Amino acid sequence: MNAIDVTGLKKSYGQLEAVRGIDLAIASGEIFALLGPNGAGKTTTVEILEGFRTRDSGKVAVLGFDPSGGGLASRQWRNRIGIVLQSTSDAGDLTVIETIKHFHGYYSNPRGVDEVINSVGLDEKANSLIRKLSGGQRRRLDVALGIIGNPELLFLDEPTTGFDPQARRSFWSLIRQLRQSGTTILLTTHYLDEAEALADRVGVINNGQIVEISTPTDLGGRASAKAVVSWRDGDEIKSEATANPTAVINRLNSQFNGEIPELTVIRPSLEDIYLKMIGAEHE
Amino acid sequence: MNKLPKAISLGIRRGGLEMRQFARQRESVVFTLLFPVILLIIFGSVFKDTIAPGVTFSQYFVAGMIASGLVNTGFQALAITIPLEREFGALKRLRGTPMPASSYFIGKAILVSVSTVIQIFMLLGFGFLFFGVQIPTEPSKWITFAWLVLIGSACSTALGIAFSIVPKSGRGASAVVSPIVIILQFFSGVFLVFTQLPFWMQQLAAIFPLKWLTQGIRSVFLPDSFAEQEVAQSWESEKTFIILVVWLLVGIYFSVRKFKWDRD
Repeated sequence: MNAIDVTGLKKSYGQLEAVRGIDLAIASGEIFALLGPNGAGKTTTVEILEGFRTRDSGKVAVLGFDPSGGGLASRQWRNRIGIVLQSTSDAGDLTVIETIKHFHGYYSNPRGVDEVINSVGLDEKANSLIRKLSGGQRRRLDVALGIIGNPELLFLDEPTTGFDPQARRSFWSLIRQLRQSGTTILLTTHYLDEAEALADRVGVINNGQIVEISTPTDLGGRASAKAVVSWRDGDEIKSEATANPTAVINRLNSQFNGEIPELTVIRPSLEDIYLKMIGAEHE
Repeated sequence: MNKLPKAISLGIRRGGLEMRQFARQRESVVFTLLFPVILLIIFGSVFKDTIAPGVTFSQYFVAGMIASGLVNTGFQALAITIPLEREFGALKRLRGTPMPASSYFIGKAILVSVSTVIQIFMLLGFGFLFFGVQIPTEPSKWITFAWLVLIGSACSTALGIAFSIVPKSGRGASAVVSPIVIILQFFSGVFLVFTQLPFWMQQLAAIFPLKWLTQGIRSVFLPDSFAEQEVAQSWESEKTFIILVVWLLVGIYFSVRKFKWDRD
C-alpha cells in the first residue's frame, strides 16, 4: 500500500486556485522530494496532507487515512506521522531534553529520548535552554521532535535552511538512517542538491499542478540531455553541446595530439533542469 | 501497539510544563503574580480612610484585587501568551502531534489555578500583615469564597482562551488585551468604590463578569451590614452565580469551536 495517495486534489483561496488538480502516489519507504517555487501550491498541498488545511475536492489518503477526519481516529493517525514544520521558534524557556521528553509522552510507541538526541547530534546541548541554541541546533531539535514518535511517515519542510554545509551533511545521513529503518519521507526543499542527494523520486509542482515526477537523474530528460564540452583553442574558449561528449573528446584528443587545454564537460545539473521546467511553465 | 496516553494525564503533564516555563520567565512572574501586591501596597498606603463603619479602603481594595487577580492570571495572561505561542508556531506543532486539544486547555487551566492560588495567598498575607485586612472566620464565607474562586477562575480561563483568537499578532496582543482589563477594573469597582461610579459606568460594568466577581468577593471580606450599601442593597449571590456561569459557557463555546492553532 502507498503511504500517500492523492487524486484530483484542488484547493482555492477566494479567486486564487492554489492547487489545481494534483495526483500523487508515494510508496512506503520512499523518500520523495516535492520541488517548486514559492506560491506554486507546494505548501498548500503538504499542509492538506498533514491535516492542517481542508481541501475543496479530490481524494487524499495518508497512511490509509483521510487527514481531514477528526476524533480518536485522527489522534491514532497523528501517532503514526511526524511533522517538521518550516519555522518553529518556541519561547525557549525549556531545555532540549525537557522538551523532547515531554513530546515523548504524547505517543504510544516513541523512540528513546537519548537515542533521538544522539541521532540529531544534540548530546552536548541536551541540558541547554532552547533559547540559547543556534539556528541550526534549533532546527535539529525540530527534527528530533518530528521523529520522537517513531513515525511511519515523516514530513520535512525545508529542513536544512540555515544549516552550515557540515551540518547539512550530517543531517542527510540522519535522513538516510531513517529511510533504512523504513520511514517514508516527504521532503520539500529549495536546495536541489539536497533533493538529489536524498530523494528516490522528485516531483516538480508549478502553478498548482504537477509538472513532472521522476528520479533526480531522469527529471526533465536530464539523463539524455546534451552535455557541454568546452576547451581553449588558442585565445578562444570554444564549446559544443553534444549528446556524445566522449566522441567529441576523442576528436579533440587527436586534434591536439594529447592534453586538451582547459577541458571541461558539464552535464546539466538538477537545478538547470528544474529552472528550465518552472521557467517554461511561466511563459 | 500500546495505547495512547489519556487526555487528562497529558493535560496534567502539560500543566507541569506550563508552570516550569512560567517560573522561568521572570517578567511574567513579576507582572502576573506580584503586580496586584504592588498595587495593594500603593493604594493601601495612599488611601487610609474608612469607607463605612469598620470597613477600611484596604479591606475593600483587597476584595477587588483578588477578583481582578483572577482576571489577570486567567484572561489577561492567556489572551496575551496564546497569540505569542501561535505566532511562534508552537501551537501548530502541538496540533501536528497526537496530543488532544483538551490536554492543552487542561494544562492552561492548571497554570491559571496554581498562579491564582499563589496570588490570593500573597494578597491576603500582605493585606493581613501590613494593612490591617481582616480575614473572615465563618465557614459559610469561605464556602462562598471557594465557589467564587472556582467559577471565577474557570470563567477567566475559558474567556482568555476564547479571546486569544482576537489579537491579530502575538506582539500586539498585550496592546489589545491590557487596556480592556484596566478599563474593566475601573468600571467594576476594583480601584474605585463601585457605588461612587456614575450610573452609566455601573450599567456597563454589569454586563461583564468582573463586576459580579468583585461584588461577590466583597461579600466574603466585608461585613454583611455593608450589603445595604451595594447598588442593589444586596450581595446578589444567585445573580452573580448565574452571570458567571453564562460567561463560562460563552468562553467554553468559543474556545472549543473557534480556537486557532495556526497563524492564518
